[in-house]
Amino acid sequence: MLKDITIGQYLPGASVAHRMDPRVKLVLTIAYVALLFTARNAWALGISAAMLFFLYPLSRVPGRMILKSLKPVVPIILFTAILNMMFHDGLVLFQLWIIKITDKGVIMAVFMVVRIICLIAGTSLLTYTTSPISLTNGMEQLFAPLNKIGVPVHEISMMMTIALRFIPTLIEETDKIMSAQKARGADLESGGLIQRIHALTPILIPLFVSAFTRAIELALAMECRCYNGGKGRTHLHRLRLSMPDLYGAVFAILFAACVICANIVFPGLL
Amino acid sequence: MGIIRTENLSHSYGAAFKQSAIDCVNIDIEKGGFVGVIGHTGSGKSTLVQHFNGLLKPGSGKVFINGEDMWAKPKEIRKYRFQVGLVFQYPEYQLFEETVYKDIAFGPKNMGLSKEEIESRVYAAAKIVGIGEKHMKASPFELSGGQKRRVAIAGVLAMDPEVLILDEPTAGLDPRGRDMILDEIAKYHEEKKNTVLLVSHSMEDVAKYCKKVLVMNKAQAFMYGDVKEVFKKAPELLKMGLSVPQITSICMELKKRGYDISPDTYTVDSAKEQLLRLLGACKSGDTIC
Ligand SMILES: Nc1ncnc2c1ncn2[C@@H]1O[C@H](COP(=O)(O)OP(=O)(O)OP(=O)(O)O)[C@@H](O)[C@H]1O
Ligand SMILES: [Mg+2]
Repeated sequence: MLKDITIGQYLPGASVAHRMDPRVKLVLTIAYVALLFTARNAWALGISAAMLFFLYPLSRVPGRMILKSLKPVVPIILFTAILNMMFHDGLVLFQLWIIKITDKGVIMAVFMVVRIICLIAGTSLLTYTTSPISLTNGMEQLFAPLNKIGVPVHEISMMMTIALRFIPTLIEETDKIMSAQKARGADLESGGLIQRIHALTPILIPLFVSAFTRAIELALAMECRCYNGGKGRTHLHRLRLSMPDLYGAVFAILFAACVICANIVFPGLL
Repeated sequence: MGIIRTENLSHSYGAAFKQSAIDCVNIDIEKGGFVGVIGHTGSGKSTLVQHFNGLLKPGSGKVFINGEDMWAKPKEIRKYRFQVGLVFQYPEYQLFEETVYKDIAFGPKNMGLSKEEIESRVYAAAKIVGIGEKHMKASPFELSGGQKRRVAIAGVLAMDPEVLILDEPTAGLDPRGRDMILDEIAKYHEEKKNTVLLVSHSMEDVAKYCKKVLVMNKAQAFMYGDVKEVFKKAPELLKMGLSVPQITSICMELKKRGYDISPDTYTVDSAKEQLLRLLGACKSGDTIC
């Protein structure tokens, strides 16, 4: 039951996208999001969406994964679509009391939906092709300049790495504790809200105790190996730019140029 | 018909794990037995015993407790948790109450017993595992690892289950603590005449305490029989990464070298008797030695 939770949606693979440097992927993803919001007309948006049809097969991520990542945001998509439909002036297509649906509203709603779908699908591609560890590593190096203004970049990324590493362990532990308490007759499934919250005590207390014990042990083990933060620390696997990154960057520039051209060449919405 | 019976019991952990953790297990454990469960690491022992109190639902097949199909009414599965008590591997992580007393009382309280009954059971269970009166008011988190283990075992004993299952109760304990806990459990078994299943990696412990043995191998029940019969199959056991008690190996080796000793000796006492007899024969000038 608890095992069904997946955290981090990394799909291991060896495609071009998988082999790209996480820093480059991060930058390109951010650029993609920015372009999505500058795309003003159907052509620009169309090119942005078409890009995904090219990128997903290229990274060997099954298309149904898009649907999977969209599922949780369906309510948000519907909500924005409805709002957009109602609050734009233009040719009235349909009117009921004070609710007016205009042609411009419909177009804006469609744009917004396409934009959100592309946003989710595009950013998901980053997490599908980059392992969480390599993602945090990339972020650490990308944000390293922030160190100068006092942001503890290394520490934050170390914390993220450790947290990611321990999520499966803690899930397993929760499972074990739940079984052990059920074996002593703990009733987790029935009763009202208060009773259910109360029934969680025998699970949460051992879980916290063991999480603290683990944290102390890990800290000790790290100190024993002379860990003292990021200063002077080097990486075993250093991030290096390689050919896939070059392809990616060139492709991204061409794509951005297309979108910008489309924005300029076609002044109207459609 | 035994107290626990399984019918083609199989289980696998989710679709991602293609291999079954247990595969088509058919066993019948009689009431009042003291049964050892042995098998290599990952052979499915823990998975199997978690089916006996309904913590795991069979992937396919059935489990019968006292002849009743356990999952006939899934809503009433809790009833079997009290009937079949399970002490997990490394049970000390399950402690959570403020005092040792309250922690041991958790199980009986869930059964809905009266206050007096709970109290008498808690003290009885604490006595069995050797937790003294002075520890009862202490926080379970202040105890040593071995003491925690005892408290956790007492927590299940206090439910006074018809079947008591212990999953490697002595892993990581010192030899004296190990012998003490197992001795007490054996004594408890003698008094209550309940059924005990002991999952263990120690062939010595199994030989010393158990009457019957269930051997798990690669997710399947390899055999179920008397201790003597099982340890007779030493070559097969060795092949699946198990062993026989050290004393049995010695006796087998002696037999191979031509001494008159039974190769399926599995307790030190019986070996001693036979060796003394041999030595006696020696002194009287027999030709064997
Ligand atoms: N929670 C779980 N999720 C997935 N697979 C599991 C889980 N628990 C056990 N398994 C798998 O099921 C198989 C049987 O495991 P089980 O714990 O029953 O073995 P065991 O005989 O108790 O081993 P040990 O002697 O180490 O305790 C193993 O292959 C194991 O990898
Ligand atoms: Mg086990």
